[in-house]
Amino acid sequence: MKIVVCIKQVPATTNVRIDPETNALIREGVESQVNPFDENALEAALQVKDGYDGECQVIALTMGPPQAEAALRDAVAMGCDDAILLTDGAFRGADTLATSYTLAQAIRRIGDVDLVLCGKQAIDGDTAQVGPGVAEHLGVPQITFAIELSLEGRKITAKRMLEDSFEVVECRMPAVVTVVKQINDPRRASMKNVLKARKREITRWTAEDIDADPDRIGFQGSPTVVWKVFAPEGRKGGRKLEGEVGDVVHALADEILEIRKGLSTA
Amino acid sequence: MDFEFSEDQQAVLDAVREFCEEELKPKAEETDASGEFPWENLRKMAELDLFGIPVSEEYGGLGMDFLTWAAVGMEISQACTTTGAVFGAHMLAQYPLMLFGTEEQKRKYLTPLATGEKIGAFGLTEPGAGSDAGNVRTSAVLQDGYYVLNGSKIFITNAGPAEIYIVIGNLRPDRGARGMTAFIFETGYEGFTIGKNEKKMAFPSLPNRELIFQDAKTPAENVLAGEKRGFRVAMQTLDVGRIGMGIGAVGVAEAALKHALSYAKERVQFGQPISAFQAIQVKLADMATEIECARLLCLQAAWLKDTGKPFEKQAAMAKLFASEVAMRTTTQAVQVLGGYGYTKEFPVERLMREAKLFEIVEGTSEIQRLVIANHILK
Amino acid sequence: MALNIKEELCTACGLCVRVCPYEGVVVEGNTAVFTERCNLCGQCVSSCPVDAIVVELPKKGDVDTSLWSNVWVLAETEDGRLKGGTIELLGQGRLLAEARGCALEGVVLGDRCDELAKDMIAFGADKVYVVEDPVLARYRTGPFASVIAGLIHDRKPEMVLISATPQGRDLGSRLAARIGAGLTADCTGLSIWDEEPLLLQTRPAFGGNIMASILCREARPQMSTVRPNVFKKPQADPSRTGAIERVAVHLDEKHAMTKILEVIREEGGEEVNLADAQIIVSGGRGIQAPENFALIRSLAEVLGAAVGASRATVDAGWISATHQVGQTGKTVSPKLYIACGISGAIQHLAGMSSSDYIIAINRDPSAPIFEVADLGVVGDVFQVVPALREELAKRLAE
Ligand SMILES: Cc1cc2nc3c(=O)[nH]c(=O)nc-3n(C[C@H](O)[C@H](O)[C@H](O)COP(=O)(O)OP(=O)(O)OC[C@H]3O[C@@H](n4cnc5c(N)ncnc54)[C@H](O)[C@@H]3O)c2cc1C
Ligand SMILES: Cc1cc2nc3c(=O)[nH]c(=O)nc-3n(C[C@H](O)[C@H](O)[C@H](O)COP(=O)(O)OP(=O)(O)OC[C@H]3O[C@@H](n4cnc5c(N)ncnc54)[C@H](O)[C@@H]3O)c2cc1C
Repeated sequence: MKIVVCIKQVPATTNVRIDPETNALIREGVESQVNPFDENALEAALQVKDGYDGECQVIALTMGPPQAEAALRDAVAMGCDDAILLTDGAFRGADTLATSYTLAQAIRRIGDVDLVLCGKQAIDGDTAQVGPGVAEHLGVPQITFAIELSLEGRKITAKRMLEDSFEVVECRMPAVVTVVKQINDPRRASMKNVLKARKREITRWTAEDIDADPDRIGFQGSPTVVWKVFAPEGRKGGRKLEGEVGDVVHALADEILEIRKGLSTA
Repeated sequence: MDFEFSEDQQAVLDAVREFCEEELKPKAEETDASGEFPWENLRKMAELDLFGIPVSEEYGGLGMDFLTWAAVGMEISQACTTTGAVFGAHMLAQYPLMLFGTEEQKRKYLTPLATGEKIGAFGLTEPGAGSDAGNVRTSAVLQDGYYVLNGSKIFITNAGPAEIYIVIGNLRPDRGARGMTAFIFETGYEGFTIGKNEKKMAFPSLPNRELIFQDAKTPAENVLAGEKRGFRVAMQTLDVGRIGMGIGAVGVAEAALKHALSYAKERVQFGQPISAFQAIQVKLADMATEIECARLLCLQAAWLKDTGKPFEKQAAMAKLFASEVAMRTTTQAVQVLGGYGYTKEFPVERLMREAKLFEIVEGTSEIQRLVIANHILK
Repeated sequence: MALNIKEELCTACGLCVRVCPYEGVVVEGNTAVFTERCNLCGQCVSSCPVDAIVVELPKKGDVDTSLWSNVWVLAETEDGRLKGGTIELLGQGRLLAEARGCALEGVVLGDRCDELAKDMIAFGADKVYVVEDPVLARYRTGPFASVIAGLIHDRKPEMVLISATPQGRDLGSRLAARIGAGLTADCTGLSIWDEEPLLLQTRPAFGGNIMASILCREARPQMSTVRPNVFKKPQADPSRTGAIERVAVHLDEKHAMTKILEVIREEGGEEVNLADAQIIVSGGRGIQAPENFALIRSLAEVLGAAVGASRATVDAGWISATHQVGQTGKTVSPKLYIACGISGAIQHLAGMSSSDYIIAINRDPSAPIFEVADLGVVGDVFQVVPALREELAKRLAE
């Protein structure tokens, strides 16, 4: 069994801001971390490995700048057997289409992969598009938003978390599964493993190594362009009601019923 | 001179910080209020290999140094003072084994302490032997392959949950320090029982209990460092223990500063956040500066220890200064929070009560000053 | 874009013929060949056991954008009705179509779609493509993506709008990757750019900390998934007329890639459709105990609202994860969000701060939730919520 977990290094988004003067993204001083959903994907993979009798290899894969190696070390410390960093100037500026093509090419190069796990979405780009994109480029089934996952032979069964319901679906391997936060509690790496992971060799592949078509990677392969970024219109706190419960409730009810009146299907 | 952590140290610290933020801190109030030993936290820390940081790998440790241990301890204490106190007291049992244990003793006792499988405690203080640590009266006699102890210890941190105890007895109670000898006890040894828990000003979840020895027997091979060397064991243990108390105090002080900072930025009086008032800024700046000094003193003492240089004076300074900084900082934090600071709605009054411990335990501030004076007057 | 068959690899096994929804490929002699009917839906590519079918996606600059026109809305349905998000897309799509001087067209897939198509017209579509097949009875990625990819190649819409629901995101990203189109996620703003006739798509990213405007200059169609509840729902006009075009497909359950074993609604049949809800009443740690969600529920019930929850309560096991609002839960933008005993951690705010109107009830006057609330009540949830429920029930009964 060979499992690839796609992980993305992301900034701690709560600290990312827009410079109000230049409208530029301020990422400086913001720590990087493994995308939280990808930690769940890693945990899901490691649980499969723990419960699998027979050989099971878990490989962490990321596309990013050389510093993204830190994310892979975290993955190795958690228990991944191998880690691959896709890094090449030519990958820069990739949108989700180019990103998923690039990851898919690397997965092809790894070869004989049975299962690809991704997070539901990355907390920076927030698109949730890369997982299905990888599935399409590999021509395999996708199961998105999995909250439960089990394997039996070549069969995958997963429970998907939808808006107001769950859907239990089944498909055959190889497949791509994206996972939600609630699927598990990611393990923490022990310090022994953190130290060991620091010494590990991390494989690096360039565009050439994965035989990538230059027209389909990076900026060149990205149909979307971020034309501009700007600060959201900040919400400001409004009125505050204080005082006797009776009065407060009366005023609240006025407000709520007024809004409710304006709804199309109350 | 280099104030940078090594990459390994940094990697460990980053992981520990995340753990503390996510696992310890959110439950800190609950841990304090519960009155229960923080087993869950300790189990997780054991899984992360946090108990044997300076212990060599052959005894289940991480094979790192005391500097890392100190820096980790500050993170833990800052996130959860109770867990930090357990962590600090645990070292008091571990360190004498590291220093004086035979191969056999290390394998049998140091290893489970280093892996966190078992918790340790250190028993020196007696009703009549506090600051006067040479006045240990718990008697010990060698009989039929066992040392038989009679007497009691008080205030012992971790007593009860701990399974391994380093106990200082006396082969010649009449001769004071010269007869003092260190022994290893395990929970359940014949004649060895745990007495009542102290009701304290703070730290209700931290056990501080009596150790009672009534013809209590430990096998002869459980003598640590040899007969009549107990005073030395105790003093050397306390040297490292002082760094441990220093880091605990820094943690408490940092926690108080954080609360004060965030409150000062939010609380509005006279139409502006109180952090805009210079009187408040001065307090915050002083707190931050003192904490930084205390932190560096603790780390320096640990570094001296790691590099094999004399560190006893710095350890005493670190403990003295850090504990007094903790007291000042927490008092000022209460002041910054005003009336709210005095209520149980906010944790600063608790931190203030907690801080006081560090000025007393493991050598009071007065005793630390004596130790320091002895060093510099030599 | 093009599909090519590598004759040297093809074994003429005929699998592609069986999976093609459009009879666009046949076996001739010892190789498969595409017919006129092939509309590049791509379904055959992954079915080929020997990788003999290769896709050539368009390169930048390859696409003649002038050939692509009209705005499409892909319908999402539930229990035989259009979902709220789809109706909103028809409203916004109408505006875009008018700005571009083109038609607004709907696409609806399912097993029975006539009523749905009529509804789409009533809500503003000029024309609706209907694809009916038992395999399409419930949404599944594989068949939906293939059928729609084929339609898109055939009819060449300039823009394709999809709801940013779990279904829409699952479909949109697969579809975009299939046809090599750009897809902008979770848009909260859609307009025609004033510099060039392009779709200007605005969306929050970085957990709502920034907004990004995104363009897709060269590839077609320009695709967006759009956050539900952001755009206004148009009024239905049953007298509107429009064309309905049925598109025939050949689908086989065997090639659907996935099988749905079970659909589980929330226990107790409770409705949690947060994304669609116009009013949400949410509970946080301040409600102190799991049984107190009953308070939240009863308030929600009077208002016909959905029940939300903060991460803390979900983590504590007080309520199921489907209720979780926030960065790691659901992003919602109802007309009215009532936060009860929620302190307003940044992660929670990321999931609800695009609500139209926010009411917060919290005991702690410095709780960050008040910084985003339009109306804040500093008070005890246990007093305010039950009293509010009574008051509302009384007035609504009148
Ligand atoms: C402000 C902003 C807005 C953007 N909006 C769009 C947009 O609307 N449409 C668009 O196509 N692109 C967009 N992009 C570009 C997009 O962020 C990048 O393509 C990014 O590389 C992947 O998208 P994501 O972060 O949304 O990941 P998601 O699709 O949300 O990630 C899902 C999962 O895919 C995997 N994954 C994602 N990236 C990587 C990686 N680099 N390495 C390994 N695994 C990975 C992880 O498992 C992750 O959990 C935007 C970028 C910015 C800065
Ligand atoms: C919460 C807690 C945890 C503890 N944990 C442990 C533990 O795990 N193991 C253990 O062995 N002990 C432990 N102790 C005991 C602690 O180390 C002693 O309480 C401390 O050393 C002081 O001793 P004492 O209480 O007897 O005070 P005393 O020695 O009676 O001192 C009373 C006062 O007199 C002053 N004083 C005494 N001698 C002098 C002098 N020569 N010059 C000037 N002033 C002097 C002191 O500074 C102090 O102000 C703990 C105590 C507490 C409160």
